[in-house]
Amino acid sequence: MDRALFRRIVNGLFVGACSIATLIALTALVLILWSLLSKGIGGLELEVFTKSQPAPGSEGGLANAIVGSIMMCALGMLIALVVGILAGTWLAEYGGQTTYGHIVRFLNDVLLSAPSILVGLFVYELLVAPFHGFSGYAGAVALAILATPIVTRTTEDILTLQPNALREAGMALGASRAFVIRSIIWKAARTGLVTGGLLGFARISGETAPLLFTSLGNQFMNTHMSQPMASLPTTIFQFALSAYEDWQRLAWVGALLIAIAVLSINIVGRILAREQHR
Amino acid sequence: MTALAVSETPIKPRGARGEMLFRAACFSAATLLLAALAGVVISLAIGGWPAFKAFGFGFFTSSEWNPVTEVYGAAGPIVGTLITAFLSLLVALPLALGVAVFLVEFCPRPIANPIGVAVELLAGIPSIVYGMWGLFVFAPWFAQHVQLPLVMSAEPGSWMDKLFSGVPNGANIFTASMILAIMILPYMSAVFRELFMTVPAQVREAAYGLGCTPFEVIRSVIIPYVSKGVVGVVMLGLGRALGETMAVTFIIGNAHGFPHSLFDSGSTIASTIANEFTEATGEMHTAALVALGLVLFLITFAVLAVARLLLRGQKH
Amino acid sequence: MYKKFMAAFGAAALLAGAAQAADLSGAGATFPAPVYAKWAETYKAQTGVGLNYQAIGSGGGIKQIKAKTVDFGASDKPLKYEDLLAAGLYQFPTVIGGVVPIMNLPGAKPGSIKLTGAVLADIYLGKINRWNAPQIKALNPGLPLPNLPITVVHRSDGSGTSFLFTSYLAAKSPEWAQKVGASDSVQWPTGLGGKGNDGVSAFVKQTVGSIGYVEYAYAKQNNAVYASMQNKAGKFVLPAAANFAAAATGAAWGKSAGNYVLLIDQPGANTWPITGATFILLYREQDNAAAGQGVLKFFDWAYKNGDADAAKLDYVPLPLAVKNIMRKQWATIIKSGGKPVYVSK
Repeated sequence: MDRALFRRIVNGLFVGACSIATLIALTALVLILWSLLSKGIGGLELEVFTKSQPAPGSEGGLANAIVGSIMMCALGMLIALVVGILAGTWLAEYGGQTTYGHIVRFLNDVLLSAPSILVGLFVYELLVAPFHGFSGYAGAVALAILATPIVTRTTEDILTLQPNALREAGMALGASRAFVIRSIIWKAARTGLVTGGLLGFARISGETAPLLFTSLGNQFMNTHMSQPMASLPTTIFQFALSAYEDWQRLAWVGALLIAIAVLSINIVGRILAREQHR
Repeated sequence: MTALAVSETPIKPRGARGEMLFRAACFSAATLLLAALAGVVISLAIGGWPAFKAFGFGFFTSSEWNPVTEVYGAAGPIVGTLITAFLSLLVALPLALGVAVFLVEFCPRPIANPIGVAVELLAGIPSIVYGMWGLFVFAPWFAQHVQLPLVMSAEPGSWMDKLFSGVPNGANIFTASMILAIMILPYMSAVFRELFMTVPAQVREAAYGLGCTPFEVIRSVIIPYVSKGVVGVVMLGLGRALGETMAVTFIIGNAHGFPHSLFDSGSTIASTIANEFTEATGEMHTAALVALGLVLFLITFAVLAVARLLLRGQKH
Repeated sequence: MYKKFMAAFGAAALLAGAAQAADLSGAGATFPAPVYAKWAETYKAQTGVGLNYQAIGSGGGIKQIKAKTVDFGASDKPLKYEDLLAAGLYQFPTVIGGVVPIMNLPGAKPGSIKLTGAVLADIYLGKINRWNAPQIKALNPGLPLPNLPITVVHRSDGSGTSFLFTSYLAAKSPEWAQKVGASDSVQWPTGLGGKGNDGVSAFVKQTVGSIGYVEYAYAKQNNAVYASMQNKAGKFVLPAAANFAAAATGAAWGKSAGNYVLLIDQPGANTWPITGATFILLYREQDNAAAGQGVLKFFDWAYKNGDADAAKLDYVPLPLAVKNIMRKQWATIIKSGGKPVYVSK
């Protein structure tokens, strides 16, 4: 066979394979979203956002769970972004090739795969048992521990791939290393850093097990983070596995809300990142 | 004044203190990460010690898990964890690669971003939804359209029969691995995409300029360029697959012994802990579960170390 | 800019945590969670006191009350008297529920298939594995039982429901008691594990010829095909609120040390054999008298006013006699600094 034709055929097969892969991913998404939407959209009404969770048979919504999730995820992501980006920067720019750096990198990956329930257990021993009380703070810390390795990983990967020319140019102009990193490298890697943050957020937005041992949950509205707080995943978990239809419906609405939140934050994050990237 | 006198006063580079602070901050963050992991491992070791002391090495090899007689052995969940993680990675890696390549190289510009966001949306679906979807939608479909025909057409005693035997209700290791694959796919494809987009245009254009087909450009230029990052992607995926709890628990069938075939029920370490931890009242039961958690960490160490070695060997 | 906003938000959140929002907290068994939630909701509307109960599992409830991170714990499995004393705890029952065997048999109507405890145990041991086995046929003469293999479904997660079910099987089958035993989590000889009552229902619904067990509320809400069981009196009864209550009335509450009462296989013409109560765990010596009093006040209120709500959610309230026994116990057992926190009215 003509060599050129062979190469074209191989290329065509490859393109086909990639398209099929994308199709499979999208099909899975559509199927799952379809289940989510068909079961959840029916219950999506204003009450869901204004009233706290009901006992079965009563009127109510998911307001307390939404507020609790927002507060704990926000605090958790704040911690995760700060620690994760700094740690990833250290690995990429400073000590990544030292022995200590290799250890940190490897152990970061190990922490990445920690079952969330065990992280919850650790934070329980640290922040709940000694203080004889569940709290939103403990929940936020548990979430932070889960999201940070993802942010660290992606930060390091993206920063490493930034061309050295950028760094050299900055230093040649007399800027300190820190300045180069902050003002040039981070800016250049902005979309990658945002992706890391979004992936971390996606991970913790649906986590149930660690929150059970740290923030416990609360059927009433509570904005004091030193007390047990409700969260969407724990409420969904409780409601979805119950026998009562109204609770089950609320569970699906909650799941839908999480998916919508992740989608919106995804979109907003990308827009913010692109805006200054120009 | 001679010219030399000018340089008598030592010139401090601008922002030296800021530089030190920044570097220290980065270092502390990295160490904090280490401390968190150390904390988790230590609390697991302390909590699981009674079980290790009681069962010794047999804890790793025995598949007996009996909360009534308080005899625990982790072999079943260990095997289940390894099989599901590897199977899901096997399926997800090429898919993720395919999706990323498609989006970066072949997809028409206007729809590339929306599709990318759509795929990443898969990451944002709570794992309990995956579990329930798997249980109520995927498992019955799988049982009807895949398992049943395979079981019917396999000759009794043949390798096919051995590979595919099991109650055809879709709750088994294979379906759990498939759900896991869908779950880790978005993480991997998102990072792959970012990696591909860092390849400088000149490198790409040079390859095309030489007359390479897109396939050849990707295979010989782009992938080697980002190969270090591929390691990271595999780690991400593997990590997620090893630790995923909720989705697997719903669909794996939760039988504690060794799975006998691809379509047999099994259990993973994470699913066992998730199932039994909140109800475990006995001291030994709790200790055994915590010990199981420590075992998962050990497995993760081992698997990631091996993966690293393998992938490092492939770099040019 | 974005980072500044997040920092401000974080600071606000931290400040928000400074103040107190003290109410009562409890954690434990999943089984009574819906009814406790209902009671707490009504109680808050009536008295303004918020009682936050979270279902983290009976084991979790016991752990947390021992760690003193909650005001009370809840468990489906009663603690033995020695264990109670050793931990300084006291337990009392709140509501009753039943465990119901369900099945997927084409053409079968709810309650039409009759089973005994011994036969059920043999099924779960794997000894009876077809629906038209002679033992099942003997109990159901005249019913067209198909030659289908029986797929056993049990719980994968630890649960009070499993505890009740295995206790029953252990009581009716010496082989089960010896080989497997009774606990919220056992080494099942055969079958699939579904997560939660939901998981078991789903597996049973999806697999023809399967059998499983769920809480009564699930069976009722999902219109499951349940079996009719033979009770101690030899009668075949259906699962129903009245039959659960019958099991509770006959039990020897006042005489059991630490209120350790299992309502398995109770005597009575109409008792359902797989019944159980769920318990609240409280410290005998309360560090915080107000908290202890608050908890007891809540349950006193629930005893008085919560029956209708419980029944609507398919739970069975305790008989009045039992409630009064408990009230008397509260007045004498729960103290703070030597003084009882609850005054029996």
